[in-house]
Amino acid sequence: MDKRTTEREAVAELRDGMTIGIGGWGSRRKPMSIVREILRSPVKDLTVVTYGGPEVGLLCNYGKVDKLIYGFVSLDSIALEPHFRKARQAGSIKAAELDEGMLQWGLLAASHKLPFLPTRSGMGSDVLDINPDIKMVKSPYADGEELVAMPALDLDVAFIHMNRGDIRGNGQYLGPDPYFDDMYCRAAKRRFMTVEKVMETSEMANEGPLQTRIINRTMVDGVIEAPNGAHFTECPSDYGRDEAFQKEYAATAKDPEAWEAFKAKYLDVETEADYQKAVASR
Amino acid sequence: MSDATRGEICAIACAEAFRGNGEILASCFGTAPAIGARLAKATFEPDLLMTDGVCTVVETPNPVSGPGHEQVVEAWLPFRTIFDHLWNGNRHVIMAASQIDQFGNQNFACIGEHAQPKAQLLGMRGAPGNTISHTTSYWVANQTAKVFVPKVDVVSGVGHDRAAKLDPASTQGHDVRLVISNLAVYDFETPDKRMRLKALHPGVTVDQVVENTGFELVIDGDIPETRLPTADELALIRDTIDPKGFLSREVPNPE
Repeated sequence: MDKRTTEREAVAELRDGMTIGIGGWGSRRKPMSIVREILRSPVKDLTVVTYGGPEVGLLCNYGKVDKLIYGFVSLDSIALEPHFRKARQAGSIKAAELDEGMLQWGLLAASHKLPFLPTRSGMGSDVLDINPDIKMVKSPYADGEELVAMPALDLDVAFIHMNRGDIRGNGQYLGPDPYFDDMYCRAAKRRFMTVEKVMETSEMANEGPLQTRIINRTMVDGVIEAPNGAHFTECPSDYGRDEAFQKEYAATAKDPEAWEAFKAKYLDVETEADYQKAVASR
Repeated sequence: MSDATRGEICAIACAEAFRGNGEILASCFGTAPAIGARLAKATFEPDLLMTDGVCTVVETPNPVSGPGHEQVVEAWLPFRTIFDHLWNGNRHVIMAASQIDQFGNQNFACIGEHAQPKAQLLGMRGAPGNTISHTTSYWVANQTAKVFVPKVDVVSGVGHDRAAKLDPASTQGHDVRLVISNLAVYDFETPDKRMRLKALHPGVTVDQVVENTGFELVIDGDIPETRLPTADELALIRDTIDPKGFLSREVPNPE
């Protein structure tokens, strides 16, 4: 089975109002070539579930987000995401802010097809006031403890970025942390995996130990080869974060003219290849 | 007479926060806590676990400034395992606070109404889960009455009054222990668990603390001074842990 496709075809499946999950963490191994394709598409009113990084700022700035389900949004080496802050301070998005462990629990519940998972995280904090739809559940055992019933975060579509993959949808990460990418895939109806390099299945064993092979082909519907596709977020061991570019991104957010110029140069281009060309020619 | 800077005294106060903690994961937000934890681990709390800031537990964490070194990895601790670890309770974190109230409710999510904040900050991050699960202390690098407030705009970290309203089974791990600022050290060792002035950094007066606190602090009897670093501790901080002096940027020495 050959699941290879393109960013354009994958994003064409999105409909207004869908719930999407975006893998990675902060400014780390984000499926940015997909995010850039969403910016070029007409889709809108998305609910976005994420351990947020620059994809959140970009999607907010382009008016793609109706609701964000998140624990934080950060660029890591730059603590605060400027476009996300603007959107929040303008009140232009619904913000379902959770404890970051609750987010994991919601993804895990969805990936196990459970309605919820119990946790103490959130109790006593304002998370439960901000999210009045989150209910409590009483333990059926002798303890009778009241716990937060973190609801499943069911996704319409999940997008993840891996270092290596084959045409059938087996994926491999080569960095230090898997994040929650496997959970995003199992939580979603449709799953797209961008990879730095598509290779023969037999070759993947040479790339890293067995434990790096966390994505199996039942978890993926489409494979997209996207070299440098996580740029400007990091994708170790293939490349680190492009700190200079990230700085430029964050700095231009402060000035409308500079931001328009940044957009024209890098984002409002025809294809991902044009983006990569513009990045390479800096 | 010690020539320790205010920042170095804050780092000592942070190190002291980990005294007696034993074999637990020590996590830090900010330079003074990061120096304090390294100092504690290098001296009186050798069994502390510390990460490289990403996802491995390392024998000797890198300096907070200056060149890093070859790391000896003790264990792998990716984010999903961090949550397993912290819900298990085996951790003491020193978090930052943009706002904190007299019961230790903390906010670093946003300033203003959550629906449309005046200033969006980090978000809830792990504060709700951390505070309900394991020991938590706070570091405030610049204490003012705008940080020590009567009421925080949003509760990210759960304080003592809110924890007291929950089922005791749910709060078995809850332990908001210390607040360390550039002026003083505070605890909650009072009958109703209100914040109490525990120690003043040398050179700071009670009036200065009160002036920079937006609620009524418990101030009881003679307040001791935060201890000074020993000569060995000062050498460790200056030569090994923070050779480039990042600490003085976070905590400028008073005139």
